[in-house]
Amino acid sequence: MAEIFFEGLIRIADDNLILGHRTSEWCGHAPTLEEDLALPNIALDLIGHAQTLYCLACEINPNYKNEDQLAFLRLEHEYKNLLIVEQENGDFGNTVLRLFYFSTYMKYFWQRVKLACSLKKLKEFSEKAFLETSYHSKYASQWVVTLGDGTDESNKKMSDAVVSLDPFLGELFNNDDFTEMCSQNDFLPEPLSIFDSWNSEVKAVLQKGNLDLPDISLKKRGGRIGEHTETFGYLLSDLQYMQRAYPNSSW
Amino acid sequence: MEKSTEKAWDVLRDLTDPELPFLTLDDLGMIREIKQNENNLVVTISPTYIGCPAVSVIEENIIHVLKKIGVEATIEKSFSPPWSSDWISENGRKKMEEFGIAPPHSKESESFGTLLPKKVKCPQCSSYETVKVSEFGSTACKSLYKCLDCKEPFDRFKCV
Repeated sequence: MAEIFFEGLIRIADDNLILGHRTSEWCGHAPTLEEDLALPNIALDLIGHAQTLYCLACEINPNYKNEDQLAFLRLEHEYKNLLIVEQENGDFGNTVLRLFYFSTYMKYFWQRVKLACSLKKLKEFSEKAFLETSYHSKYASQWVVTLGDGTDESNKKMSDAVVSLDPFLGELFNNDDFTEMCSQNDFLPEPLSIFDSWNSEVKAVLQKGNLDLPDISLKKRGGRIGEHTETFGYLLSDLQYMQRAYPNSSW
Repeated sequence: MEKSTEKAWDVLRDLTDPELPFLTLDDLGMIREIKQNENNLVVTISPTYIGCPAVSVIEENIIHVLKKIGVEATIEKSFSPPWSSDWISENGRKKMEEFGIAPPHSKESESFGTLLPKKVKCPQCSSYETVKVSEFGSTACKSLYKCLDCKEPFDRFKCV
């Protein structure tokens, strides 16, 4: 069971760390001061979620002594995040649409974990995580509607964002042998079981923003088995730089 | 046994939040439990936000002040039940308003707010003609408002 717990925690922690890192890239570059506060705040939340989950993973697998070792010192193929979170930010519209997709997905994910989870500490954590991801989803949905239902130009940019993120959505709901094992052991919900709730919320928001609905039939995947897209190497070189250049450095 | 937890409460009661230095951890309702184990004291805290960067400073501060009175302590973080703005004391709310931050409504009244939006009072001029500018303020626990009467922007503690 320890191996299943560890792998499951790593998957969710990596999703949060990598999207947290991408979101932090906006710091100092957002279109308005308010968004320059909002995006780094969200990045902090995501990285905080990752940190707590990595700590839990370390308690389970003593080969890792602390959360930094998991966050900064693994090789590319050892990260198990979804491909959607590692993609480059693109413009602001693309960033908020991805955040909306992901945080809505995590909201329903944590809602399930809250109901039942054989790892007690994760079940406790999910109560708090559910509240925070709900807030992110609400924030991002407001921008999706504002920009989608805005000018011709902002609508065009949001429509392009929908198309550019389409290929990566299938992976969010992809059940595999591992996810089946997790759900059989009452550990984590099967990804596909989240789809209906996610889909009806996404549909409502995109329609309100005069946007076409996403096509999730494209199934670009690989992140869960450590096969990443080209951009991930560049992301890691940035993320890991300090710990690689100055091992064990700390604040 | 009980004496050591009482002594710990006495010194921890005055410890302030690094990001809101006019509020104590006790005002915020962050210290949930102090328990004496065989070898050490365990202080359980509920972080206001999971990724709040002040949490590690708070942990260090707790350990430091307890060490000064000769007590070895460890910290445990608790997420269940999740920290709620309802746990902020009356005194804490008053101090918040004096400092220019609008305190949160109770969670119950806020959920009625979806039918009838609950007005937020400007901490500067006490006007209720205020609007939310952004979901996120200067820290994770606050959102940004502005007053339509005195035109001043202000932070409001989020209602969670």
